[in-house]
Amino acid sequence: MLLTVFALLACLAIVSAIVVVLHRNPVFSTMSLVVTLVATAGLFILLGSPFLAALQILLYTGAILVLFLFVIMLLNVQRERATTTRIGGMLIGAGICALVFAGALVRLFWSAYSETELKPLTPDSVSLTAVARDLFGTYLLPFEMIGLLLLVAVVAASWVAQKAGTGDLADAADGTESAKQGEPR
Amino acid sequence: MIFTPAVIAALAMTGLWLVALISVTPVLLWLERRAPAFMQDRLGPNRLGPLGLFQAVADVLKFIFKEDLNPAGADKVLFILAPTIGFVASLLTYLVIPFGPEVTVAGHTFPLVVIDTDAGMLMFLALASLGVYGLVLAGYSSNNKWSMMGGIRASAQMVSYELALTVAVLAALIPAGSLNLSRVVDHQIAGTVLGFLPAWNVFTQPLGFLVFLVAAFAETNRTPFDLPEAESELVAGYHTEYGGLRMALFYMGEYQSMAILSALGSTLFFGGWSLPGVDAAAAGAWIAGLPFVGPLLGPGLGTALFGFSVLGLKTYFALFCFIWVRWTFPRFRYDQLMRLGWKVLLPLALLNFVVVAALAVAGKI
Amino acid sequence: MTVPIAWYLVLAAVLFCIGAFGALTRRSGIAIFLSIELMLNAANLTLVAYSRIHGDSAGQMFVFFALAVAAAEAAVGLGLFISIYRLRHTIDVNRLNRLRW
Repeated sequence: MLLTVFALLACLAIVSAIVVVLHRNPVFSTMSLVVTLVATAGLFILLGSPFLAALQILLYTGAILVLFLFVIMLLNVQRERATTTRIGGMLIGAGICALVFAGALVRLFWSAYSETELKPLTPDSVSLTAVARDLFGTYLLPFEMIGLLLLVAVVAASWVAQKAGTGDLADAADGTESAKQGEPR
Repeated sequence: MIFTPAVIAALAMTGLWLVALISVTPVLLWLERRAPAFMQDRLGPNRLGPLGLFQAVADVLKFIFKEDLNPAGADKVLFILAPTIGFVASLLTYLVIPFGPEVTVAGHTFPLVVIDTDAGMLMFLALASLGVYGLVLAGYSSNNKWSMMGGIRASAQMVSYELALTVAVLAALIPAGSLNLSRVVDHQIAGTVLGFLPAWNVFTQPLGFLVFLVAAFAETNRTPFDLPEAESELVAGYHTEYGGLRMALFYMGEYQSMAILSALGSTLFFGGWSLPGVDAAAAGAWIAGLPFVGPLLGPGLGTALFGFSVLGLKTYFALFCFIWVRWTFPRFRYDQLMRLGWKVLLPLALLNFVVVAALAVAGKI
Repeated sequence: MTVPIAWYLVLAAVLFCIGAFGALTRRSGIAIFLSIELMLNAANLTLVAYSRIHGDSAGQMFVFFALAVAAAEAAVGLGLFISIYRLRHTIDVNRLNRLRW
């Protein structure tokens, strides 16, 4: 039962990941990435981490990838003429590198963990309370740092994306105005 | 053995929710014509059936029999997929909303919520956040500049207001100390505020409720925040190119997400399935004592019926407010919308959150 | 029957390499960005799997932080894309070669 679910999710993740990398239309790429991320969220649940699964869907697919779609539509990114770089040698080289690296990783993981027996999950280790205790206890400092990082990112993003000269940050978030700006002259 | 009592109960509750959610659309189609007509001293559609009730049936039939168009140059796959995504994402969120306390039916005790989990509110937010894809993809795939503008507006608007909505919701969860909505309702049943008001969160966190209300309007793309479909600017926005059943899917998606958000608002701020001063178990016992229906239901199902009706009443009142506001306020401009979301609502939501959290730490809540 | 933990790691390795291939070969800035997100996601899967192996929540915490960092990265990166697009009217990385010798 669990094995079937895992196999389905894994196939879904791999196929959609290949579509992400090979499809010419950026909107299709983004949507397949959504599928990959949702499949991974399912795997997180299988691994006993429903909190991360919910967070993955909420943050990644619900916010970050919507932002991607927003930018793709705002800039009106067309499908690429050729998906990848024209230099064939580079393409083959990258392919071989990826294959070799994947092979090495798979071999490493397989030799190290194919015999590992897992301790069964307990309701206590899966619960939100346990996550919260770790997050706001042991990892309180990194948590605060992440807050700071996000603040810096917000300031940086709105400064970078604002219209040159006006200095009005509200315009940076204004899709209609930026869309006019983005039209090729 | 797959069909354990718990699974059967979950399936029964799912059926109840689906019937309720799908019937929201025809009811609202009717209400959305009659209510504004009443407010504007008109009659509204009153020819079909008593009070024009069959107008909704006529509307549904019209949707079904219209031609199914595929505009030239549209991205077929996404064009067909988009309404379905919006519809399904808005439909699934009922899973974590409770409509009653734990009841005992035929010797088995179970809570009246389909998935009773610690991470209930997280699940709700995660599923609800997928709804925006329907709008964005519809806008993109239609190959129409008005649709495109609608899609762009929808993506920015819904992501922006989701922040304020989430922070307001989190503040409402603090007093109960749980992400499980059943616990939130339990917390609101106990005690009173100022000695006579029920301990609903709307009385203890009026600011949070206001933020939630405004953000809910923006999340469901209702006037005054209906910029993605603004009919006087963008023809019909993201669904300009849709007709027939696919259009109907958009309508149903929108009405369902209104209903679900109303149910969530009732649960978080208005005591959910509870009525102040009425004990749910006693109400169930009273229903079980009624002639005809009583013996069929028994006290357990009677309690369920009571909870579902109370939650339904609160939800329909909120839905009436949606319509009321639609015919009262003009539409915002896009920059005003963004300014309101980021510069007013989010800071207010954060302020509310910090105050509530501080009071909770100080032990006053 | 439970799923052997090594399979999760193998799946993550495969996903990571698909992402790496995309990041190396695609020309559109957005597509490269998406490939990088894919690699990040594969790394997250590895971390959760390790957290499961060792019965330690540290891996899950790392994923939590990685999600937050990905959000920050997306905000800044997409802001940069908008800004680059205003200047050059393209986000094809092969044509953004002003600083190349």
